[in-house]
Amino acid sequence: MKPPTELEAAPVENPVVGIDQTKGDFQYKVDYAFDAGTGLNEDTVRYISSVKKEEPWILDFRLKALKTFLDKPMPTHWATKDLESINFDKIRYYLSQGQKPKRTWDEVPDDIKKTFERLGIPEQERKFLAGVEAQFDSEAAYSNIKEIVAKQGVIFVNSTEGLREHPEIFRKFFGKVIPTGDNKFSALNSAVFSGGSFIYVPPGVKVAQPLQAYFRINAENFGQFERTLIIADEGSEVVYMEGCTAPKFSTSTLHSAVVELVALKGAKIQYITVQNWANNVFNLVTKRAIAHEEAEVKWIDCNIGSRLTMKYPGVVLKGRKARGEVISIALANDGQHQDTGAKMIHAADDTTSVVVSKSISVGQGRSTYRGQVHIPKHLKGCKNNTECDALLINTNSRTDTYPAISVRGDKNATQHEASVSKVSEDMIFYMQQRGLTEAQAMSLAVNGFINDLARQFPMEYSVELKRLIDLEMEGSVG
Amino acid sequence: MSAVTTTSLTGSFTREAFQAHLGRVAHLPAWWLARKQAAYERFSTLPMPKRTDEGWRFSNFGALTLDGFGFPATSVKPAQLAVSAAATIAFVNNRVVHQDKLPESLARRGVIFDTLQNALVKHADLVKAHLLAQPSKLGSDKFAALHEAFLEDGAFVYVPKGVEVTEVLAVHHQADGQGTAVFPHTLVVTEDNAKVTVADFFKSVAQTPDAKPQTQFACGGNDLYAGHGAAVTYVAMQDWSRDTLSFQFNATVARRDAKVLSLNLHAGARQARHESFSQLSAPGAHSEMLALTVAHGTQEFDQRTLQIHQAPNTGSNLLYKNALLDQAKTIFSGLIVVDPDAQKTDAYQSNRNLMLSDEAEAHSLPGLEIQANDVRCTHGATSARIDREQEFYLEARGIKPAQAQELLVFGFFEEVLGKIENEALHDSLTEIIRQKFKE
Repeated sequence: MKPPTELEAAPVENPVVGIDQTKGDFQYKVDYAFDAGTGLNEDTVRYISSVKKEEPWILDFRLKALKTFLDKPMPTHWATKDLESINFDKIRYYLSQGQKPKRTWDEVPDDIKKTFERLGIPEQERKFLAGVEAQFDSEAAYSNIKEIVAKQGVIFVNSTEGLREHPEIFRKFFGKVIPTGDNKFSALNSAVFSGGSFIYVPPGVKVAQPLQAYFRINAENFGQFERTLIIADEGSEVVYMEGCTAPKFSTSTLHSAVVELVALKGAKIQYITVQNWANNVFNLVTKRAIAHEEAEVKWIDCNIGSRLTMKYPGVVLKGRKARGEVISIALANDGQHQDTGAKMIHAADDTTSVVVSKSISVGQGRSTYRGQVHIPKHLKGCKNNTECDALLINTNSRTDTYPAISVRGDKNATQHEASVSKVSEDMIFYMQQRGLTEAQAMSLAVNGFINDLARQFPMEYSVELKRLIDLEMEGSVG
Repeated sequence: MSAVTTTSLTGSFTREAFQAHLGRVAHLPAWWLARKQAAYERFSTLPMPKRTDEGWRFSNFGALTLDGFGFPATSVKPAQLAVSAAATIAFVNNRVVHQDKLPESLARRGVIFDTLQNALVKHADLVKAHLLAQPSKLGSDKFAALHEAFLEDGAFVYVPKGVEVTEVLAVHHQADGQGTAVFPHTLVVTEDNAKVTVADFFKSVAQTPDAKPQTQFACGGNDLYAGHGAAVTYVAMQDWSRDTLSFQFNATVARRDAKVLSLNLHAGARQARHESFSQLSAPGAHSEMLALTVAHGTQEFDQRTLQIHQAPNTGSNLLYKNALLDQAKTIFSGLIVVDPDAQKTDAYQSNRNLMLSDEAEAHSLPGLEIQANDVRCTHGATSARIDREQEFYLEARGIKPAQAQELLVFGFFEEVLGKIENEALHDSLTEIIRQKFKE
């Protein structure tokens, strides 16, 4: 393979070591072995399916989804009109280097290794990672599950492999948590999905280290449509982390993933996302979990990048005493709209759910909380507690809150509270008195605002988050 | 497919019905008739609300019908006007049937309390400036247009600069007969530093207790305008027949340092939608938006509110409390909007649902849209049953469960009721709630 050519050199003006955000600003000439071209029609879908050598039922599933996608209107009666600026004809729906997922680090091509280095994943770090499923564009280019995890019987593969090699496990739940017709973008994903992780954790297995995935969008106008399905069998436990960056391109890019989680009886799933897409990316993701009896699902969702993010992780509390939790942090800077929230559907007695959302709007950034809590008839002992706090940094920053809470019957309790505030002038003054610059003081105050949530992140993520906030706060004051 | 049973866009309110209505008000000024004409055109072309309209989320569309209504004549005298008031005006089926003369002390100082028909002729400028001056913003454009088109008569209150009216001005609107449609309206205009309390009583004329409730249609509105430093208190008690489709539209404008308090009690109707809009247009303006709902049977109460802060240092405080029995359903959808210049806004929004039955259904959509950073905006929504410990405490002291429940419900409502200083109004509100629990 030819060595990569760097098209743009990333400026190395990094105020804090290791967190140069412009690191994402580069692109390699990559020889894509398969490319579905731009635009979307039945041929695109057939092409993707044939490249992946899929079984007929999957092609069928994709074609039906395509029809649903085309039939469904844009949800602009409640969502932002900005969605209309997505030009579906200019997006590439599939490209692949035609590689099989690699098993060891040595087998990973040098140019891809270099990509990871630029993204700040040092080679030596991998020994701390239980398994890295790094997604280079559509296909997993690298896959390393520690032997110990495999020995436990954990299956950790990409979506193509999952459906091909383990249909008996994955087919049962695939597209069941989030049906194709759930929304326009879940239908789009169902039609053109590639990549993503399929994970199965056998009964009683507690996966010691978090499983990780890393996504990047590399080609201009290239949409990324990964599909993730995690099944935690009875009494098992798993933590999954994903982080994303994307190079900055002049035209808009679309990322539309579907993530389905199934926590069977007594299982625990924690799903952690740190999203830092470039400011031209539409990030429209559908995430939902089903929690069976006494199961626990926790979404930790942090959104910093993108032009528009619309993401409302949900939990369907299907079994008695199931528990769902969403921890959401969003930071919207100039030109960004973070439209995030949570969905809690109670469907059994004694189920509990918690939503804690903190958003920060900087400059003309706009952050929106949109939530749904649903408790149907004849249930008892269901509880929901929702807290949304918004911090506005500049005078023209914007925040919105749109919760919808439906409760039936007199044996349940819900509570929703939201507040909006700014950083207190006294606090900033106090810190400046002690020698901090205004920006440092602001950054410290913002980090304090999200501190109790950030602490729930794995260490490396919370450190990275703190540094990202430092960077975002620069130039926001004065 | 929206499950709207109305076959046409106008239902009973056909062009012929509108022409007949125009015939009844032909003596009114031409500009008003022209506005009504334009309103009718809007009404007759606008579509019925549909399920995908955000402003109608969770609403019931099945019984949202405009068919089967008309304007039957009546000779009934209004019942129960005995609320201590400075003056009372009463309407039955849109026609004035009783009008007190304003006490000399008030009339002399320029206070006006008259029918809207009289005011349209005698005080055209004031009416023109304030009557239905705010466009419908909460989803009911069609029904607001219907209200304007068929509005026949209502009450007009005007309080000049610096005048304080201490006693209540009371307005009664009653509906009588199967299929009756009523379009009540109250317009309150207060000049700088004026003060007034106005109460609207909406009621269906009593039938024999075991008769099937009459099917009626009520589509009313009120405009509250508070000039600089003015203080307006408005209380509405809605107690229509239990088979009424009811719409109420409120628009409040508060100028510099003005204070407006409005309280709506919802007890009647089969399905009632209330839209309330407060515009805080100058520094120091404050709006207190209160509501109490007792929902029973299969009643549905749909409350939509909007608080717009357009200027710095404005305040608003919304507190909507619902008690739900049987298979009743309530929807609260509120929005606080803070414009970019409205720094130092202090806005609060709270919806509390007391669930008293396993089959009741409460929806809460408390919303915020904030575009200024130096503000204090919070909202909260809770849905829960009566605290078992409180219930136990009362029962342990020998109070019967039903009585304990009533006491606790009144305790729940007291936070709102306590804000009404006028004793007569406080008693009227309490009485309607008490009656409702006996049904």
